[in-house]
Amino acid sequence: MKKFVNEVDNILSESLIGFGKAHSEIIKVNLSPDFVFRKNKPNKEKVSIISGGGSGHEPLHGGFVGHGMLDAACPGQVFSAPTPDQMEAASNEVHNNKGILFIVKNYSGDIMNFEMGADMIEHENQTVIVNDDVAVEDSTFTTGRRGVAGTMIVEKTVGSLAETGASLDECKNFGDHVNKMTGSMGVAFTSCTVPAAGKPTFELSSDEMEFGVGIHGEPGRRREKIKSANDLTKEILETILEDLKPSMNEEILLHVNGFGGTPLMELYLLFECAQKFLEKNNIKVSRSIVGNYTTSLEMAGGSFTITKLDENIIKHWDSPVHTSSLRWKM
Amino acid sequence: MNGEKIFNSIKNIEIIIKKHKDEIEKLDQEIGDGDHIFNILRGLQEILNLEEELIAKSPDLIFKQLGMKIMTTVGGSSGALFATLLIGMSKKYNSELSDLNNLSLMFFEGVESMKKRGKADIGEKTMLDVLIPVSSTLKNLKNEEDISKVAEEIIFVAKEGVISTKDIIATKGRASFLGERAKGHIDPGARSSQLAIEAICNQFINN
Repeated sequence: MKKFVNEVDNILSESLIGFGKAHSEIIKVNLSPDFVFRKNKPNKEKVSIISGGGSGHEPLHGGFVGHGMLDAACPGQVFSAPTPDQMEAASNEVHNNKGILFIVKNYSGDIMNFEMGADMIEHENQTVIVNDDVAVEDSTFTTGRRGVAGTMIVEKTVGSLAETGASLDECKNFGDHVNKMTGSMGVAFTSCTVPAAGKPTFELSSDEMEFGVGIHGEPGRRREKIKSANDLTKEILETILEDLKPSMNEEILLHVNGFGGTPLMELYLLFECAQKFLEKNNIKVSRSIVGNYTTSLEMAGGSFTITKLDENIIKHWDSPVHTSSLRWKM
Repeated sequence: MNGEKIFNSIKNIEIIIKKHKDEIEKLDQEIGDGDHIFNILRGLQEILNLEEELIAKSPDLIFKQLGMKIMTTVGGSSGALFATLLIGMSKKYNSELSDLNNLSLMFFEGVESMKKRGKADIGEKTMLDVLIPVSSTLKNLKNEEDISKVAEEIIFVAKEGVISTKDIIATKGRASFLGERAKGHIDPGARSSQLAIEAICNQFINN
């Protein structure tokens, strides 16, 4: 394993300390229990938005703490859900008299730990569960679909709504709505190496890809030979569109997300492939974002996320945001 | 039941889990994401660090503190679930009862709490496929006088539970995202639970 490491056990804390120092104008980091929170607490009452999950997906979630997005983020160990005391401590730090909204990706570990955290706090709270990954089946009997790159879009838009002083119920409903309008799917060219494991999570030969991969290197729909970017794009977008069923000329937000090991040059190439495909299918890309936002350590590959837009989603996507990884209009 | 016995069991669990570290890691990489073994080992280390502080305390308090420690240090599904098991067990401790009677009631409560927390039941390719049959067997045999016979029976039931996970299509946890592709693979959480139970039971057979 070649990684920048001093002691494997200290990777997370050393990284968090560095993150705090590098962005000291926006955020603060609390260690044991670990959480990232805004340096300046909002001076008006608002719903506090808290997210979190396993580490290894940076900048998700800590990179999205700041004005217009999250109030706090709770990072777990690499690919492991955070513990309830983190959510408890973060809630007590950032609550601002209008309740707490947790944004949680749909994984059993995250859901259980956030539930236990919610049981431990006295503040009124609700949870939005993000499950945008169309690669896996949804069903009432199963854990259901995974939460992946669409999470950032939910965090941005709900974070913006919360800044306006909206109620906890309004934030919860809007979060559920944005999640419903959002679908994602990705493909991996290589595996990733969890530092504590020291070796790749899975093996892919040089001409294979994992189609519908999860953001922890979990297997997806199938493994197959690599194909051209145009063919891949078509196959992924068809799957997402089948799920979202946009209408003729519907406006969408298109997000091309890198998993950490793929150059931006290729991600922009993918964007071009997607834009062409969508135009041909009478879908209007009216907002776009390309980059490594929901990563899977050093995995090569990427995902597409589409969010169907309405007036409200556009308004809260365009509004000012100031976090370490997403910043515009302020 | 006392602190010394409880910590001895944990040490034996650590030995057996370490012995099977690579196997559990591999099972998890096949159908999960590879974090399970590290979470388990980290949790064991954390609770063994509490030995000096807790060994003289009453069993209910020990189970509760162990559960809290796991809850706040392990993370992931296994952290939440094992913490829930131990905290659940701590609630039913009754010093008036025989060890076997006591354990049977405690374990039943712990497993029921886990079912609620994980919203899962038997047959869903999780550690509950081991823990539920073990809980029922403990209940059925709670008045058995031959302790080594109980231990042997439980080891057998736990192994059957692990094997049963092989042909189930997971509906809960990370493996559920795989659908048919998880078939043919043993659930890593079920395997580590079974090994832990075997380590505890072996103490009674060897004696």
